[in-house]
Amino acid sequence: MRGNFSTITKMFSASVVAAGLLMSAPAKAADDTIKVGILHSLSGTMAISETTLKDAMLMLIDEQNAKGGLLGKKLEAVVVDPASNWPLFAEKARELISKDKVAAVFGCWTSVSRKSVLPVFSELDNILFYPVQYEGEESERNVFYTGAAPNQQAIPAVDYLMSKDGGSVKRWVLEGTDYVYPRTTNKILEAYLKSKGVAAEDIMTNYTPFGFSDWQTEVSAIKKFGSAGKKTAVVSTVNGDANVPFYKELGNQGIKAEDIPVMAFSVGEEELAGLDTKPLVGHLAAWNYFESVNTPENKKFIADWHKFIKNNKRTTNDPMEAHYIGFNMWVKAVQKAGTTDPDKVIDAMIGVSVPNLTGGYSTMMPNHHITKPVLIGEIQANGQFETVSKTPGLVMGDEWSDYLPDSKDLISDWRAPLSCGNFNVKTGKCGGKGTN
Amino acid sequence: MSLLRTIGLMLLFLLATLSSSGAAEADLRGIIAKFATVTDFSETGAVVQELTATGDPAVERPLAALADGNLYIRTADSMVFVGKEGDENVQLFDPLSGEAAGEASEDDITKITVNNTLRRAIRDALGTLTLGSKDPTVRIAAADTMFKTPDAANIEPLDTAIANESVASVKALLEQARAASVLVSDRPDADKLAAIALIGARGDRGAVSLLTSVEANASGAVKEAATAAIASINSTLAFWDAGQNIWYGISLGSVLLLAAIGLAITFGVMGVINMAHGEMVMLGAYTTFVVQQVIRTSFPGLFDWSLVIALPLAFAVSALVGLIIERGVIRFLYGRPLETLLATWGVSLILQQAVRSIFGPTNQEVGNPSWMSGSFDIGQLAITWNRLWILVFALTVFGVLLYVMKRTPWGLQMRAVTANRRMAASMGIRTPWVDALTFALGSGIAGIAGVALSQIDNVSPNLGRGYIIDSFMVVVFGGVGNLWGTLVGAFSLGIVNKFLEPYAGAVLGKIVVLVLIILFIQKRPRGLFALKGRAVEA
Repeated sequence: MRGNFSTITKMFSASVVAAGLLMSAPAKAADDTIKVGILHSLSGTMAISETTLKDAMLMLIDEQNAKGGLLGKKLEAVVVDPASNWPLFAEKARELISKDKVAAVFGCWTSVSRKSVLPVFSELDNILFYPVQYEGEESERNVFYTGAAPNQQAIPAVDYLMSKDGGSVKRWVLEGTDYVYPRTTNKILEAYLKSKGVAAEDIMTNYTPFGFSDWQTEVSAIKKFGSAGKKTAVVSTVNGDANVPFYKELGNQGIKAEDIPVMAFSVGEEELAGLDTKPLVGHLAAWNYFESVNTPENKKFIADWHKFIKNNKRTTNDPMEAHYIGFNMWVKAVQKAGTTDPDKVIDAMIGVSVPNLTGGYSTMMPNHHITKPVLIGEIQANGQFETVSKTPGLVMGDEWSDYLPDSKDLISDWRAPLSCGNFNVKTGKCGGKGTN
Repeated sequence: MSLLRTIGLMLLFLLATLSSSGAAEADLRGIIAKFATVTDFSETGAVVQELTATGDPAVERPLAALADGNLYIRTADSMVFVGKEGDENVQLFDPLSGEAAGEASEDDITKITVNNTLRRAIRDALGTLTLGSKDPTVRIAAADTMFKTPDAANIEPLDTAIANESVASVKALLEQARAASVLVSDRPDADKLAAIALIGARGDRGAVSLLTSVEANASGAVKEAATAAIASINSTLAFWDAGQNIWYGISLGSVLLLAAIGLAITFGVMGVINMAHGEMVMLGAYTTFVVQQVIRTSFPGLFDWSLVIALPLAFAVSALVGLIIERGVIRFLYGRPLETLLATWGVSLILQQAVRSIFGPTNQEVGNPSWMSGSFDIGQLAITWNRLWILVFALTVFGVLLYVMKRTPWGLQMRAVTANRRMAASMGIRTPWVDALTFALGSGIAGIAGVALSQIDNVSPNLGRGYIIDSFMVVVFGGVGNLWGTLVGAFSLGIVNKFLEPYAGAVLGKIVVLVLIILFIQKRPRGLFALKGRAVEA
């Protein structure tokens, strides 16, 4: 009930007051602190993944303050709870920008929550840092994508499985949860596999609902598909909660990684924390970061994290690294621009380069995606991943997949004079897919 | 001078004793030492090949350790050791003799990494090396790997092994492995036809897989025989597939029954629309987690008993919470279903958030006791132990509950209050307390369902959400107020679901089931087995 009331007030404040307030926003915020918004669910289904990111952001802001803040001012975190409720994400984003006057927002996990806040960010002209691997097919002026695009995770993962090291896989099961990320990723992968000469009958695609827990039929179908005399692998875009019963069933039905490896895109250290990983040794995951990566930066990050969260067992994961990169990029861009005014920071962001945790540098590209290394890891008995393959260089995020017919001609470049997120190189016009 | 001579003599003596264990050992050590200098997986693979080429059974220890990720290099002197992770340090053992060689902290040693391709190569290599093992299970594993990776070079060692084999079942497996190897060799067609007959009799997916590749590469009579064998195996497998669907359906049904059986009491018998039912299941699962945590830290030997210990505790915790909810909220709302629905929904959110605050939002690890891990085969049907035990458990709970309801004075009072509250009150039954205890019983049973479900699902604050809709579906379909209806409802929904899934997919299958239930309720609004009771009157 309270929600309805606040919506109404907010709609008024948005239309009448916000415009005026926004003009003076940088001036008002200039008082004593710079506010940073954190838009992660702390309750509901997504709390399992997003709470950690909220804590990681608080830690990064603390550390920056210990270093003396930013532009001579202290940073102040403003935490809101969108409660895994997609429309509430938009409401809370509006609240952060109009009422709290934050300089930038770090948040969202699911694609649907991101889509829900996009209009708010472009209307009120603020910045969103999105830290999760996603399906691509989007590039917005107000959003910086620090997670992986499909070509920074899915394509290299499949390449690895096709290589000799990965077992020269010839037959593919694309197993996913039924929503936009797996469906788009699998569409891209199917087109990619076919371009590599994989026959249609060697690809099996299957979707299950969110939170699916009875995997018997699916796992035995995988077993059956894998007994056709060709090396088979499963590419899993199964989402969060459904993974534990999926892996338990794989273990119980005796599917070993040596025979049918499962390559997952949504299983990180955090998901494995709820599992006995001994039967799963050798199953794979593709990310841009693993907790086990042995670099001084990562060791320090993990030590800081354990100290901050006061628990030596809490794991770190890939989206945390994405926030680490995104936050440091924002700090650098603000320093470069000399102001927190979103308009100027957005322009200053492109080309900013900061160290990542895997021993290299990540750079913000003109398409608002970043460069990252791609790591393939095998699950170990201790619940960690061990890197078995790493791309030789950094991979640049490609927002419009080259393997989908309606997006292969699109590019995104937010630098003047082009300043377009979906420029069609064939027609020479801005605006194609993704224009609403 | 004499000193030098003594030393020389001692050296000679040492050499003599060492050579008795064979010059081969020195060679092996030389090869193993190469692990210290490898830089990538292909180099590690080369060393593994060199080791297996020696054919010495002694290489089993280092290779098995490597496959398990337990082979380490000591940074200080580049020596290779088998390691066993202890609490703080790693205990080191000699890679060949297995003798203890001290300890080292994790910073002083580096693990030799392996990947799936290497693990596979090692497993295949160990297959040949362990054919002569004393342990029949090891020989079975060896026969199994050799069947999966046939190689013409395997025929001779297999012939020897078959000749020496005394256990009939192992012998049959070895013969199948030999047949598989014959098929990839250049032996005459008559041998190959015999081999196909032998493998065809095996009748499982592994056989189909092997014969398919034979079919693709052979010609003439061999090809025809392979095609025929595949067709005959496939027709038997189709029969087993149907059996498998039924088993999966029964297994899903048992999970539904467990989740719904507590609701059959709170909703079915009492008529309370209890949206917090799923959270009672969750509390049971978290109780299991706490019990396992205590056992892990204090009584590691009891781990296999953890579920048995957790059962009464989970019942107590959930029943207590249920009692508090009934006394605190629900008793003021009897007869007002809409308000009950909203209030219990609120309670469910409170419970979820409370658990999230106490245990954190992440999944908690609940381990499977050894008797619930793995699977066994009946014909071509793989039955996993955890599913089987959950089925047995669900039926037991159902049986006990039925006994309580039908055969005990308490059950009689419960049924009396359900049938006619005023009359029951006039007969001297304290109806408010019967209400409270009935609700506690329903909640407690949800709690013990949580113990079982913790074995197959995530233990997270959201655990209950996934079961609440299904539970209501089962109870409404089966007939509100009837335990037998819940049983039949759960199993029929489970089986229908699993028969639809292979054809329609999991998502569409669920939708179809939902539509079927809606249609069914239109026809029979009171479900499969209608019963007169307060729920019906209200």
